Amino acid sequence: MSEYAITLASVVGRRATPSQASISDEQLLKAVGGGDHDALGVLYDRFGKVAYGLAFRILRDRTLAEDAVQEAFLALWRSADSYRRERAKPSTWILTVVHRRAVDLVRREEIRRGDPLESAPEPTSGPVDEDVTLRSRRVEVQAALRELPEDQRQALELAYYGGYTQSELAERLGVPLGTIKSRMFAGLAQLRKLIPEH
Amino acid sequence: MTTMAQSELHDFAAAYALDALDPEDRWTYERHLDTCERCREEVSSLRETGTEMAYATEGPEPSPELKGRILLAARAAPQMGAVVPMRRRWLLPATSAMAVAAACAAVGLGLWANSLRDEVGRQQIVALEGNPGRLIVSGKQATLVMCVPEAPAGKSYEAWVFENDVPRAAGVFAGGCRSVELARPVRQGNTVAVTLEKAGGVEAPQGDILMSADV
Repeated sequence: MSEYAITLASVVGRRATPSQASISDEQLLKAVGGGDHDALGVLYDRFGKVAYGLAFRILRDRTLAEDAVQEAFLALWRSADSYRRERAKPSTWILTVVHRRAVDLVRREEIRRGDPLESAPEPTSGPVDEDVTLRSRRVEVQAALRELPEDQRQALELAYYGGYTQSELAERLGVPLGTIKSRMFAGLAQLRKLIPEH
Repeated sequence: MTTMAQSELHDFAAAYALDALDPEDRWTYERHLDTCERCREEVSSLRETGTEMAYATEGPEPSPELKGRILLAARAAPQMGAVVPMRRRWLLPATSAMAVAAACAAVGLGLWANSLRDEVGRQQIVALEGNPGRLIVSGKQATLVMCVPEAPAGKSYEAWVFENDVPRAAGVFAGGCRSVELARPVRQGNTVAVTLEKAGGVEAPQGDILMSADV
């Protein structure tokens, strides 16, 4: 048996469900890497909603967003044992995979990408059973984005939610490539200061 | 490395962290990341912040069936550590090292998966027998790019360079999708092979040859 063949049951014992909250994301990924389907389910429970929200924001289509999330989770399933903690937090790694899938899809499908600034979804109170932690985090990050200088926010949103490459952005906004690079870098640096640690 | 200036490469960090590099730049930058630890740290930090933007999104809920579809599909999908994945793209003849590196990066999902150093044009790409991967030869440096199942407990993969039918140990590695730079130089006429051996490697191969390529 492989050293990675750690099952969710072996991590949390027989009573898996009540203890799932105490399993770290990293332990979960390790169990997924060991072939544990239940662990993949728990991983989806934790990240599926955020992953779908992100994919939908990029793709603006329910079916395509679900395709992107499904592909991303299958990719995670196939390669969870290649996860390395020193490179990224589990949540960062997982959402990076989702983001790449969605961005690859939006570019491949040549979907007409609207301006996320113009058509950002209307804020809603969210579903009544929405996770409180997720909701407060959303409010925090939205607030942080609003505090950014307009040009930095625009560069970050068009890149991250619009799936535009830096050269597409330079062309679209009619500014030199170097300006786009600076805006993205400064925007991320500023955002880092504005978002509370998690 | 290409002719791109180092300073220009360093400017790519933020765009890379946002997945906003054009494909060629992404490939070039990932090769740069292989050799630049500071850049890897910078990208990690920028990406962590960029990913926070995922939490700011709101919209419809995924359909309740999505989870079931994912779990069902996972039951039919082999893992890296279970079966060698015969992905379609691996079966196509590689036309360039870029194709191989891109496939490797895509399959392995490493954020800087490849470690192919030389310029594309000077590389020789040899299909492996016994595995859909490739051997990339640049001068005397050879790199295996392939996916292998996780090694059983107590075992490691070991690469060999056969010089006049004499095997020379060329490095030990674990399973997964990876590129492995051989620790021994290769010359025309040599054969590169991989066996499964005792963990940590042995001096002379004892396991069956799992894959090989003639240089």
